Amino acid sequence: MKALILVGGFGTRLRPLTLTLPKPLVEFGNKPMILHQIQALAAAGVTDIVLAVNYRPEVMTEKLKKYEKEYNVRIEFSVETEPLGTAGPLKLAEKILGKDDAPFFVLNSDVICDYPFAELAAFHKQHGDEGTIVVTKVEEPSKYGVVVHKPGHASRIDRFVEKPIEFVGNRINAGLYILNPSVLERIELRPTSIEQETFPSMVRDNQLHSFDLEGYWMDVGQPKDFLAGTCLYLSDLSKKGSKLLVPTSEPYVYGGNVMIDSTAKIGKNCRIGPNVTIGKGVVIGDGVRLQRCVLLESSKVRDHAWIKSTIVGWNSTVGRWARLENVTVLGDDVTIGDEIYVNGGSILPHKTIKENVDSPRVIM
Amino acid sequence: MSLDVPLRQKPGPSSTKAIILVGGPSRGTRFRPLSLDVPKPLFEVAGHPIVEHCFRAIAKLPEIREVFIIGYYDESVFRDFIKDASHTFPGIAVKYLREYQALGTAGGLYHFRDAIMKGRPDRIFVLNADVCCSFPLGQMLRLFEEKNAEAVILGTRVPEDVATNFGCIVTDSHTKRVLHYVEKPESRISNLINCGVYLFDTECIFPAIRTAIKRRTDRPRLVSYPSSENLETSFFADEEDGEKNEVIRLEQDILSDLADSRQFFVLETKDFWRQIKTAGSAVPANALYLTKAFQSQSEELAKPSATILPPVYIHPSATVDPTAKLGPNVSIGPRVNIGPGVRIKEAIVLEDAEIKHDACVLYSIIGWGSKVGAWARVEGTPTPVTTHSTTVVRNGVKVQSITILGKECGVADEVRVQNCICLPYKELKKDVSNEIIM
Repeated sequence: MKALILVGGFGTRLRPLTLTLPKPLVEFGNKPMILHQIQALAAAGVTDIVLAVNYRPEVMTEKLKKYEKEYNVRIEFSVETEPLGTAGPLKLAEKILGKDDAPFFVLNSDVICDYPFAELAAFHKQHGDEGTIVVTKVEEPSKYGVVVHKPGHASRIDRFVEKPIEFVGNRINAGLYILNPSVLERIELRPTSIEQETFPSMVRDNQLHSFDLEGYWMDVGQPKDFLAGTCLYLSDLSKKGSKLLVPTSEPYVYGGNVMIDSTAKIGKNCRIGPNVTIGKGVVIGDGVRLQRCVLLESSKVRDHAWIKSTIVGWNSTVGRWARLENVTVLGDDVTIGDEIYVNGGSILPHKTIKENVDSPRVIM
Repeated sequence: MSLDVPLRQKPGPSSTKAIILVGGPSRGTRFRPLSLDVPKPLFEVAGHPIVEHCFRAIAKLPEIREVFIIGYYDESVFRDFIKDASHTFPGIAVKYLREYQALGTAGGLYHFRDAIMKGRPDRIFVLNADVCCSFPLGQMLRLFEEKNAEAVILGTRVPEDVATNFGCIVTDSHTKRVLHYVEKPESRISNLINCGVYLFDTECIFPAIRTAIKRRTDRPRLVSYPSSENLETSFFADEEDGEKNEVIRLEQDILSDLADSRQFFVLETKDFWRQIKTAGSAVPANALYLTKAFQSQSEELAKPSATILPPVYIHPSATVDPTAKLGPNVSIGPRVNIGPGVRIKEAIVLEDAEIKHDACVLYSIIGWGSKVGAWARVEGTPTPVTTHSTTVVRNGVKVQSITILGKECGVADEVRVQNCICLPYKELKKDVSNEIIM
């Protein structure tokens, strides 16, 4: 089987992290975001993966070569010379996606969930029409495009309602699809939107179905959602009794949902959790309090620091008695001085912070 | 320099007494919330009550055998302090003189003139208890003798933009004579200001006060030096305060006259000087007195180490975990309990307070018996040493730069309190900043 991952541009919404690494390589739950998707696709029997990108950093090529071997898949870059929207990249990759009659997956690289690729393929095969989009239930559908089914039909889509004022349903497009190669005939090679153009044309021909996603779903394209998504992901692992989490019997674990790389070092008298990921080679001092935060590879948190709702970038250092909160994001190699308070600071790489950041702002 | 034969040599050695002006409870409102639980003069900075710092400076002069504390607090307020002081300095007689109504700084002196003049002292020191400085009384005495003065005032230079908040002194830089004195002028006159510490010839000061009282009776309600611009405000000032005509203040009513007619000199101190007005100003005062104690290698201070950044004062009955890091400029009161991994800097922690593990206290005062939870952060904002203010502007609003927890307040685990004043007996369970918590 085949799949196309829509990666797109520079990931500016996830800066300052994406000033250092391309978005697909930023670790989510101690694993590059794209690897979550590659593993799930490979497990569902996918052998050909196309990455739709509009730039191709060297670091990405190398990393993906490694994954090709590890997961026995072929990974191709499809580079747009101009942005082609969400449907154009499918046409651009027609050679691969249309090489046989088997359907292909399409996924948005920012979406994390418990990818249901095998079930999705089975469902798609069963109804026999051209396409299936995964939908997820949300509390506030008025912020999204809502899927409305044909009367009396559980899955066939009747129409999409963009940001509905009145309640018409609460299922929204989750950014994961499975499509027959024939769909490629509906797409022209130009900037075009799969949501605005391709899907409505399929709906008109009664060719589009929805598939309900079980469990969590999040678009983690920006820091606030990256943290929220981390909580959902860790809670899901916890529910499944995953070995990836530190057992709650560890004295420093507080409230569960804690993932710590085996090479990380934890000091004495810490209180960690809930919802914390600690990456490779991270060093945590004594008496440190961590909750709802992501510590990326080789970062250091010194004694008695307090961190909440924060992403600590690679190689960064958080000083003793420092306090970080309210969606603070430290880029690569940032230093936060001892006793410093940062409230919602976005700190660009290689900066040293010696004065409090009392209210949310960007430190260039 | 050689001295000429003094003009007014009296027989026998001159005798000197000292007076500490402490004010009264209705005057200490700006020291809230701390003055809700302790009279301001007894509030401890650098391990000693504010008034004791004055007292210790006086005790260094061997010729002073008698000290009066004048104020309108209840007698019982200073009873213990006086008992302790008499014990520590057996050579000095200490007496509290209570004004039953606020008479003003000069009015109080005059009211108690018989007690003060008993034994016919030649000179009296007058110290306002609400200033924090090194009290160079010895230098003032030398200048007094050298100049054959009738009055000496302690002065200090402050930045031009704040000078008009104080009494301004115009001086002849060569002779050090005071040429002109204006209390809180409307325009810039001088950046040499009144420190609130004086030395008077008793034959000069009491007649000067008497003259001022007489003038007041002749021309009721007219305060000091009205210009056409401030005539109205000085007129209203009396009415608003509800003060009677007998209120005579040294600053407004006496010093200007002395500058006009008397041998009045200024000793300009290059040393530290701060007013202790608001509760927040106790933090810089604490820092200055601790620094002074450190420079004079006081035995009272905690020994510097990896976790003690000097100067730090720790009361012998306090418990401090060895992993806590304290200083600089920290005072820890009696029976205080400081947990492991705590950080305290530029702060005063009062009696029976508890700081739990990994908490951080910066630029703050932690009230008596208050509790700061684990990983909590209680924080003020540092203000530059040169400013004589304890407020900062946040989002266009003036807020206290020093965070103060009143008596028996609680800060829950992990909570952050910034630039707040918290009245006694409040529990803070959520993050707060830039607020007064009633």
